[in-house]
Amino acid sequence: MSKVKSIKDIPLQEYLMPGHAACAGCAMALAVRHVLKILGRNTTVTVPACCLSVIQGIFPKTAVDVPLKNTAFASAAAMASGIKAGYRVQGKNVNVIAIAGDGGTYDIGIQALSGAVERNEDIIYLVYDNQAYMNTGIQRSGATPYGAWTTTTPKGKTEKRKDLGFIMIANGARYVATVTPSYLMDFYSKFQKAKERKGSRVVIDLSPCPPGWRYDPGFTIEIGKLAVQTGAWILWEFEDGVFQFTGFSKMIAEGKAKKKPVESYLKLQGRFKEIIKSKEKIEYYQELINENWEKYLKIAEIYKKK
Amino acid sequence: METLILTANHAVSYGAWSSRVKFVAAYPITPQTTIVEMLSEFISSKKMDAEFMTVESEHSALAAVTGAESTGVRSFTATSSHGLLYMSEMVHWVARARLPIVMPVVNRALAPPWSIWVDHTDTMSHRDTGWIQIYVSNNQEAYDMVLQGYRLGEDRKVSMPVMICMDAFLLSHTFAPVKILTPEETDSFLPPYKPLWKLDPENPFSVGGITTAEHYYEFSEMMDQAHRNAGEIFDEISREYEKVSGLLQTGKIEKYRVEDAESVILALGTMAEETRVAVDRLRAEGEKVGLVKVKMFRPFPNKEIREALENKSLVVVMDRSVSYGHEGPLSIEVKSTLYPSENRPPVLNFIVGLGGRDVTFKDIVSFHKIAKKKVTEGKKVTEPIFVQLKV
Ligand SMILES: Cc1ncc(C[n+]2csc(CCOP(=O)(O)OP(=O)(O)O)c2C)c(N)n1
Ligand code: SF4
Ligand SMILES: [Mg+2]
Repeated sequence: MSKVKSIKDIPLQEYLMPGHAACAGCAMALAVRHVLKILGRNTTVTVPACCLSVIQGIFPKTAVDVPLKNTAFASAAAMASGIKAGYRVQGKNVNVIAIAGDGGTYDIGIQALSGAVERNEDIIYLVYDNQAYMNTGIQRSGATPYGAWTTTTPKGKTEKRKDLGFIMIANGARYVATVTPSYLMDFYSKFQKAKERKGSRVVIDLSPCPPGWRYDPGFTIEIGKLAVQTGAWILWEFEDGVFQFTGFSKMIAEGKAKKKPVESYLKLQGRFKEIIKSKEKIEYYQELINENWEKYLKIAEIYKKK
Repeated sequence: METLILTANHAVSYGAWSSRVKFVAAYPITPQTTIVEMLSEFISSKKMDAEFMTVESEHSALAAVTGAESTGVRSFTATSSHGLLYMSEMVHWVARARLPIVMPVVNRALAPPWSIWVDHTDTMSHRDTGWIQIYVSNNQEAYDMVLQGYRLGEDRKVSMPVMICMDAFLLSHTFAPVKILTPEETDSFLPPYKPLWKLDPENPFSVGGITTAEHYYEFSEMMDQAHRNAGEIFDEISREYEKVSGLLQTGKIEKYRVEDAESVILALGTMAEETRVAVDRLRAEGEKVGLVKVKMFRPFPNKEIREALENKSLVVVMDRSVSYGHEGPLSIEVKSTLYPSENRPPVLNFIVGLGGRDVTFKDIVSFHKIAKKKVTEGKKVTEPIFVQLKV
């Protein structure tokens, strides 16, 4: 595939076929669709329990046009490692990618992921982070942000979310990046890089989810953009020990753009109804975002290009 | 063929080497460790052309092995006790995906309290996973069953994984002579792996996707059929192995002095070997006793066992684990196997050897005496007997 630099370059070939069962406005379906366009035919996917294990289609049908191995909830990274090794011992060079939810990554699957990254397995790991266990009916995960309603945090989550990107850097991943399909060219740029590289590559994708986040499906792209523009989601990549902000986040980091107030992101989503009720809570939320930015500016300083 | 002095652990490592395994992933647990240490050595010294993945848990070990096997590559792991429990979810995933992985499991007791000694609770708790289960009773069998395990599991009529159950320390760390096939001999017995299905970008499809009640039932029935087929072809495979190796093979069960026996003792693993000595002792005392060593536990050799036990006057079943509140697993199977028979002998179940308690031939002689006394006195024994209780 030649380099995709604008929307016009996106290959027409589809590997996530029409007829998949994702909800209207599902950002995960977008991510899967585009990542497969980037990786192409010579690819094998493994998927642990998550929405993607359901929306791919019901046996004997499948909406995914590359080999796909479903696997146990905790095992995506280990399964991908084994598939890659199986191809390798046969002298086959196939892109092997695990696509998992945040529950299957931040929580139950983190051990397998951490092990695979430590061993520097030659795999791509895409976590679509919709910030809760959606498949089982919207329960909190380690990725659920502070304040968000889920069925197991009926008054809003009282803890902060885990920072998987930071964990993966510390874990020694060769390539770590954050994306969201609302910024599709940033998404393409990072996955094209990931495709060309070897070793453990982890991409964390903010994946808006209409039923889980309680918003009208028409707002998926808007919400992803607002997440970045308010700084609630930071776009960055970590490559060969060098950290860089990308896209709109880079503009924020360089002082060329200002973060929008987080309220504009929160108020579009029913899951934050407890937060937007009170001025203090919104302020606290804003503080959390600022704090996180401070942290990431420090990370950028530590891992700047020498 | 060459003869080496090996532990059963090293015998199965050689089994993987002979079988030209291409991928190994494993996680250490006593008393399994020496199996994978030797494989690691084989692979790093290039004696074996394979990859070794040092994963961070048993769940990942079996997941990685599943991944490699799914691409059409013969793969191997080994575990024990808590390791088997930790990978339990994947144990089912492997069987339901019909992947013929071979996995030795060194039988070790479960905690609490911690114990590293022999006990069959670990593999018995995985009886219904769909894995073929073979209990070996000596080091040679441990080696033989790796080769026969791949041959059996990979047969298109079967396509099922094989668990080789072997007693902790009594086998895993005890040295004995083991005959190792030459690569040529092995190749004439075990052809290269031709998978039923494999991941291949040139032929894309999804495996293990969500399935409704419309198809799931059929998948399970096919697994049952695969087990029945395995039961049918195993003896044939063993005979073929016998021809190639010159080593006498017994097949699913081994009968010892059963023909004219009035009573028969059944056991799994090393206890069966010990029973052979007990049988000779009892015979010397004039008791007409025989032994049925149950090698294949899943599929269960119903027909063979029924034929061996019908019309006998006493059956003694020794179990190294217990299904709490009921009885030992082998005893449960033996009774259910005998149910359709016209002449059902009384079956007495002895729970013995738990957590490594020694079971000697002298003990077995005494168990038989206890059993015979109860039956002669006309006592109906329906409960298992914890005959080795010290308190
Ligand atoms: C071992 C195990 N525990 C629990 C489940 C039930 N389960 C299936 S999907 C899921 C949640 C998945 O959440 P996430 O990974 O965030 O993906 P999403 O559903 O949001 O797409 C859970 C808890 C399971 N399949 N396996
Ligand atoms: S619940 Fe959310 S993540 Fe799951 S399919 Fe629907 S929109 Fe996508
Ligand atoms: Mg989720």
